Amino acid sequence: MLKTEKLTKSFGGNIAVNAVDFQINQGEITAIIGPNGAGKTTFFNLISGLHRPTSGKIFLEGEDVTNKPSYEIAKMGIARTFQTTKLFAEATVMDNLIIGHRLRTKSGFWSAVIRSKRYRKEESECREKALQVLEFVGASELANRPVASISQEEQKRVAIALALATDPKLVLLDEPAAGINADETSGLAELIKKMKQAGLTICIIEHKMQMIMNLADRIMVLNQGTKIAEGTPAEISRNETVIEAYLGGTPHAQAH
Amino acid sequence: MELFFQQIVNGLVLGSIYSLVALGITLIYGIMQLPNFAHGHLYMLGAYVTFFMITHYGLSYWPAILFSVAALVVIGMLLERLVFRPLHHAPHINSMIASIGVMLFIEATARKMWGSDYRRLDSPYDGVIDLFGLTITEQRIIVILSAIALMIGLNLFLKRTVIGSTIEAMAQNREGAFLVGINANKVSLMTFAIASGLAAAAASLAAPINLVYPSMGAMVNLKAFVIIVLGGMGSIPGAVLGGYILGLAESISGTYINSEYKDLAAFALLVFILTVRPTGLFAKEAR
Amino acid sequence: MRSFPASKWVVPALLLVALAIPLLTDNSYYLNMLIMIFIWTIAVSGMNMIAGYAGQLSLAHAGFFGMGAYTLGLLMAKAQMSFLVSLVMAVALTGIVGAVVGMISLRLKGHYFAIFSLCMGVIISLVIEKWESLTEGVRGLLGIPIPKIGSFEFSTVTSQYYLILFFLVLAMFVNRQIVQSLVGRTFISIRNSEELAEALGINVMQSKILAFVHSTVLAGLAGALYAGYLRFLGPEVASIEHAFEMLLYLLVGGISTLWGPLVGTALVMAMMQLLQSWQDYRMIIFGPILVLIVMFLPHGIMGALARLKMKRQSVLPETIDNENRVIEKGTTDRRLAGGEIDA
Ligand SMILES: Nc1ncnc2c1ncn2[C@@H]1O[C@H](COP(=O)(O)OP(=O)(O)OP(=O)(O)O)[C@@H](O)[C@H]1O
Ligand SMILES: [Mg+2]
Repeated sequence: MLKTEKLTKSFGGNIAVNAVDFQINQGEITAIIGPNGAGKTTFFNLISGLHRPTSGKIFLEGEDVTNKPSYEIAKMGIARTFQTTKLFAEATVMDNLIIGHRLRTKSGFWSAVIRSKRYRKEESECREKALQVLEFVGASELANRPVASISQEEQKRVAIALALATDPKLVLLDEPAAGINADETSGLAELIKKMKQAGLTICIIEHKMQMIMNLADRIMVLNQGTKIAEGTPAEISRNETVIEAYLGGTPHAQAH
Repeated sequence: MELFFQQIVNGLVLGSIYSLVALGITLIYGIMQLPNFAHGHLYMLGAYVTFFMITHYGLSYWPAILFSVAALVVIGMLLERLVFRPLHHAPHINSMIASIGVMLFIEATARKMWGSDYRRLDSPYDGVIDLFGLTITEQRIIVILSAIALMIGLNLFLKRTVIGSTIEAMAQNREGAFLVGINANKVSLMTFAIASGLAAAAASLAAPINLVYPSMGAMVNLKAFVIIVLGGMGSIPGAVLGGYILGLAESISGTYINSEYKDLAAFALLVFILTVRPTGLFAKEAR
Repeated sequence: MRSFPASKWVVPALLLVALAIPLLTDNSYYLNMLIMIFIWTIAVSGMNMIAGYAGQLSLAHAGFFGMGAYTLGLLMAKAQMSFLVSLVMAVALTGIVGAVVGMISLRLKGHYFAIFSLCMGVIISLVIEKWESLTEGVRGLLGIPIPKIGSFEFSTVTSQYYLILFFLVLAMFVNRQIVQSLVGRTFISIRNSEELAEALGINVMQSKILAFVHSTVLAGLAGALYAGYLRFLGPEVASIEHAFEMLLYLLVGGISTLWGPLVGTALVMAMMQLLQSWQDYRMIIFGPILVLIVMFLPHGIMGALARLKMKRQSVLPETIDNENRVIEKGTTDRRLAGGEIDA
């Protein structure tokens, strides 16, 4: 579904992502793991179009999307969440979510001023979408709460709902389970499985190994910007290089 | 040709003043992410203090400058303590708006206290020097040399003292430096003191050449902003270099462009450069 | 989103009062003051669009006000064009210049944009002042004819009052429609986080330009009405001090609130009238007020009222500001104080 060729990004002299060849397969959950500063988020920033690659190419369903701006990538069906959720804390959950479906609407300035028929239709579509994704992530009761007043885990769910509101094919999740407890983590893992069952392709960055080993179909390991391994969870947990560079310990102690 | 060299000297004089003011703004920006719109008005206050010290209290030139610098250091520290420190954790745009409030207050106060007239400060050094066939007033030489001395002094302070090197580290690199464990409040207080002192010194040096009036700071302030945007906000070498470049450019173009439009040139330059390079001339790539 | 004042009758009542005032008094002193308040409210509401809702602090708006004023003034006085045509051209010109300036400057982030816009404002005011062959420079532009629509002359203060009230109501209506729509929400999402908005498929640059053009058009409209009312212009209409005053009105009333521009402009201008004898020195009082506002009332009067109301309905937790900062450390920096909860 998505493929990168020799994807590279350097900031000044610092190479954050180094010649990464990588593939995300339709309908799978692909995970990216690696130590802090390995370049995982930067990799997401590249494939979501937020950063321009220094060199290398990105293909989405065969089409070259290397230098497309972020908003076009989003329209083509890649949605993402951020490591910090970036939600608007002072607004309600619903107000945050409505904008998620904006990219599928066409109304401009004047149709909004006169509240044209199409505008009213599109606005109600946005509202329906927001309610629908909120229900999907199991947070319907939060609709009218200000984001600042809901828990960290609820915010993560809302951020995922926001990504889903864009009607994506591929969802990139950047550390969705960071800062939440074990119970909540397994709840979140359930949600991610549910997304897969709904036909979405998912790519996830996560430090919580147990969750990843259970969820992922395939894993890529990044270290200092370079891909050092790729394979199924079982393969990764046996891989010598990975254990040395990252897991640091016996494979099975980490995997389970 | 002689006219050309004359303009170079004038450009250096102008550049010296711009650099000193821009240095203060860039230091404050580097430390507090605050574009201090009131800085030019501190410059104006510095000129008035020197003016009154000489004309009303009979001080001679250099002691008056020293007094003015000391007075502005105190005012700068008060501003930091009363206005900008309390806003340090608020969104940055708030402290920027506060600096506009301070600016409006200082200018109105100056107008109320001293009127809007233009005042002339007679230079104690009104002789001329013959240098390679150029006649230059002594005051101009003094401005150029004092500015260089001040910049060298500032450089030594930034390089050789602990607090100085912390200020420099923080100004150049936003994060990181807080980890060194030096009291951040002390750093911002010192920064305001130094920046205000530099502004007072620049204004006092320029006072005998320019006139002294309440809105004298506004244009200098805007141009100093042009300079630090061009030089990269927070960059110390950028401020110095940018100051001299703008001073020279204005002075030289002044002979060729209608002087009515001279002030426009600086802003047009800024617009042009930001159009081509949205992060300034010397700034690092952001994305 | 809630509208504020919430009660249904407040807006119609206000409108009725505004319509009735000239019938109750023909004291031109008060009418004149209200007209000035209306004109500046239109300009400030433009500033609110870009600075408050889209989160990009622009200090160029006095310049655009001056541009609108001079365009109308010059077209009417020197090209003998009719009032309506001149008004349309003035608004169109500020919109076009706004689009060009926006395309260049809105790529700049945070402080760079504010400083750039400040310089743009200075450029516009310098051009007006120095281009004497066109604008008459500091001598001022005299002889703007009385605005006429059809055969009706707006020669009395009362007729001007209704003319300008009409445009104020129109501007506020359009602003309300925008703010409470997907378009306005798009602006707000950009203020919240450009990266998130971009990732949600929003063409951030295009939206920012739209917000900016809308805001310059409002400033230009206000300027044009000003020129048609006073029929005399000096270059100081475009001066940067006016941009700072607009910022003051906006912050006092409440940035990113619909009614903030009107409340702030009315309040501060009325206070300035009381301090008439101070004239040049009024900033001795208003400078510190600006500082105190950002320190203690960053959401302005309307923002504070809305928060109070929400707190009473206990929807908004006390700790919202602190929590907000912890959660979104990176984005609060760029954002202006304010919130659209009362929009
Ligand atoms: N915008 C940027 N400008 C400069 N350097 C950057 C930028 N973004 C990331 N980097 C650098 O690139 C490297 C990789 O960072 P990245 O955020 O991708 O790591 P990560 O794997 O996501 O780490 P973590 O697990 O902590 O989230 C780091 O050295 C970081 O400092
Ligand atoms: Mg990361």
